[in-house]
Amino acid sequence: MTIPLRPPRRLVDITVDGEEVRVAEGTTILDACGDSGPCSGKKDIPTLCYGDTLTPKNACRVCMVEVEGSRTLVPACSRRVEQGMVISTDSERVRHSRKLVLELLGSSTDLSTTPRAEEWMERYGADPARFGPDAATVEQPPKVDNDLYVRDYGKCIMCYKCVDACGEQWQNTFAIAVAGRGFDSHISTEFDAPLTDSACVYCGNCVEVCPTGALSFKTEFDMRAAGTWDESRQTQTTTICAYCGVGCNVTLHVQDNEIVKVTSPHDNPVTHGNLCIKGRFGFQHVQNVPTGQKD
Amino acid sequence: MKNKRAEPYDRLTHPLVREDGVLRRASWEEALDRAAEGFRRNVEAHGPNAFAMLSCARSTNEMNYVAQKFTRAVIGTNNVDSCNRTCHAPSVAGLSAVFGSGGGTSSYQEVEDTDVIIMWGSAARNAHPIFFQHVLKGIHNGARMFAVDPRRTGTAQWADLWLGLNVGTDIPLAHAIAREIIHAGLHNTTFIERATTGFEEFRRCVEPWTLEVAERVTGVPASAIRELAHAYARADRAQLCWTLGITEHHNATDNVRALINLALLTGHVGRYGSGLSPLRGQNNVQGGGDMGAIPNRLPGFQEILDPAIRAKFEGAWNTRIQPRHGLNLTQMLEAMGEGEVTACYIIGENPVQSEADSLACIKRLGMLDHLVVQDIFLTKTARMADVVLPATAAWCETEGTFTNSERRVQRVRRALEPPGEARDDIWILCELARRLGHDWHYDGAEEVWNELRSLSPVHAGMTYARLEEHQGIQWPCPSEDSLEPPFLHGRLWETDPVKRGMPAPFAVLEHSPPVDELDEEFPLRLTTGRRLDSYNTGVQSSGFASPLRRGETIEVCPEDALRLGLTAGEEVRISSRRGSVVAPVYIDPALRPGLVFMTFHFPDEVDTNALTIEATCPIAGTAEFKAAAVRIDKLTAPVSEELVPAKAG
Repeated sequence: MTIPLRPPRRLVDITVDGEEVRVAEGTTILDACGDSGPCSGKKDIPTLCYGDTLTPKNACRVCMVEVEGSRTLVPACSRRVEQGMVISTDSERVRHSRKLVLELLGSSTDLSTTPRAEEWMERYGADPARFGPDAATVEQPPKVDNDLYVRDYGKCIMCYKCVDACGEQWQNTFAIAVAGRGFDSHISTEFDAPLTDSACVYCGNCVEVCPTGALSFKTEFDMRAAGTWDESRQTQTTTICAYCGVGCNVTLHVQDNEIVKVTSPHDNPVTHGNLCIKGRFGFQHVQNVPTGQKD
Repeated sequence: MKNKRAEPYDRLTHPLVREDGVLRRASWEEALDRAAEGFRRNVEAHGPNAFAMLSCARSTNEMNYVAQKFTRAVIGTNNVDSCNRTCHAPSVAGLSAVFGSGGGTSSYQEVEDTDVIIMWGSAARNAHPIFFQHVLKGIHNGARMFAVDPRRTGTAQWADLWLGLNVGTDIPLAHAIAREIIHAGLHNTTFIERATTGFEEFRRCVEPWTLEVAERVTGVPASAIRELAHAYARADRAQLCWTLGITEHHNATDNVRALINLALLTGHVGRYGSGLSPLRGQNNVQGGGDMGAIPNRLPGFQEILDPAIRAKFEGAWNTRIQPRHGLNLTQMLEAMGEGEVTACYIIGENPVQSEADSLACIKRLGMLDHLVVQDIFLTKTARMADVVLPATAAWCETEGTFTNSERRVQRVRRALEPPGEARDDIWILCELARRLGHDWHYDGAEEVWNELRSLSPVHAGMTYARLEEHQGIQWPCPSEDSLEPPFLHGRLWETDPVKRGMPAPFAVLEHSPPVDELDEEFPLRLTTGRRLDSYNTGVQSSGFASPLRRGETIEVCPEDALRLGLTAGEEVRISSRRGSVVAPVYIDPALRPGLVFMTFHFPDEVDTNALTIEATCPIAGTAEFKAAAVRIDKLTAPVSEELVPAKAG
């Protein structure tokens, strides 16, 4: 009696930025170029809508690369390698495309809390201001309708990751979906109701995958507003949840000896990055300390 | 509906001792001296068996190891148990009686790769949400799921078929499934002949349970029973998962054996994708038992009655271990009432609010000569103590390991500095041991773990470094050089009888309806359980502001509400033969006529366990939380809080 194994995968030969490498059939270009891939030198393809626990949605277009013989650029996160494929990850055409995509995103949405956005803007020479002050934006006040997490859709790039995490791919709660068309499309609960009147179960698995900070812990939102949020002073420690016996791995983000955020490792065999309301938000009991008795 | 939010508990930040009837602040030195002196006094006066230890299912394996060692080596008794008793002790008893090992047989990944999933008495969608994500993966991969539950729970909403049985009729349903499988010729004769014993007796015992008889007793349509039986027996792989709907009954171990019988009948155990999974309710309730914090096993789930095993531990600990089982939690409480147990050390448990028939529990704890409570909060139980010791929160303020429902031992890491003078559980235990003449010292949790590894073969290969590398390792792990398959009991499929080992016995079982009978005075069946955002007695979960929380309610179906003239939100009196409480009505169409539901998350407002019955399973000692007989009365005038007679404290 043994554990069934997946059938072995053939290796294919591809060329990445002039270097010939062999990778397993079925690998995506992004994985082939990633840290665990065979390419020498870090390719560092930017991604936003890509999620390591989600099926690629091809929404943000920031990971586009050039494949010889292909009329259009292709998304590295979803295109799988083929025998003989010749790929350029940093050609002029690629850089130009990334510049424009970042300019369009940056002009319409607030990327101030998107990790690495500033670095990419600089790398590709993107200037979001060049469309002028009248460029359409999704600017709007943050939705603060509960004590656990905040939805700041002025930062939303419509990557769909939250919808997929809430829906069939993980949580299967289906509290949110895409509403509207074109530039007016947005993430919404049923009838745009507040979360407290929606199907939301506050697992925060949408917060876990959000790439821009449009979804954030209320603690993080409040601390940013107060100017006290400081990731350089935070530690991240992975331990086990305090509640039921499933044994979910929780990563506690701690600043000044207070838990300020909880995530879960995406490669963990128990959680795959997902938690429930108790694991994600139920930590306050350990830090309810009578005032004046902290030490 | 009133939006009730319980006052969150504050952390304990310094030791307390009782003086002139009240708890006052004390130094660690004074508190430890008082705690140790009380234990010594009672052991000298009445012998070691007058001591009882309640260890903590939410603390680390390392703490549980030291706590049971303290009980056995310092005090000299086997009276050590944990809240394991109130939930899954019957699963451990049932599984170990059949297979020789008390863990669930399968891994979470297997439920994604199986063909049929039976969720029996398990509201996992709400009680074990991340396990249920694996179930959902299985469903999306094409598995059929059957939900067996008196309530149409969140789990049932995802099922192909919901079997809404009457509370306490699990054995008739399991027997009818077995009989149908046998009569349809779908039982696995090869597996039965090779790996089991007692099939003929089992066949005779289920023979009276035709589909029609079972339908009358269980309330489940015969066609549904037949469909589940055929789907389970015909599946290439099938998982049978259960939770407290099976185990919180007076005949709980029998219930567990009834489910195991089905797996033996069809060969759905010991193979990848086929197995038996009890879903554990607390983050380290599996580990607490594995570490020997139970009265009948030494660390590594090793039998205490085996002289060779005792000798190994006696050598390592330089002590004598009593060659008999200690008292379990239920027996401890009884022995307190009889005056046989006079000193008790409770670590991180809140029996005053978690035990069935809570009034009886308070009375018994009140009869102790010496009660020491070690906790992170001043719980209702701690308020009764002579000495209160402030501990660290295991999951985020200590180093160590927990063991989850798939037997995976995982590292717990310290992320926070504990508040005030709160100290690590192991340090506290060592300080007490030192005051009682045992000069213990551990340089951190890893030293404890390595001592455990040297004594427990199933943990021997799990170094901290390997646990880190593999994101946890499932037991058994006897060697540092290899990993075992993720499922247990593959041996049962061996053709060589030597490798196959002990065959798995079928159990001959009788139906035994709930002890608390329904009659004209108490016509409604009350069952209890958890909600998604809350947890047990609410001491932990009351600490955060859940938008979902609505306080305690009595949930009734629309038909009963109409019949009794109840409206949503109306406060009513709920009474059983033991006590009565007042709670608002919540109308829930997922319930059936005659069935009402409450949680036990808000005991400070509504003490649900004043209603439940302390009828316990004779084998495992678990109480019948799932079946009380109650009555609902409309209130004539609004009650003030003082008039609620069952309020504890």
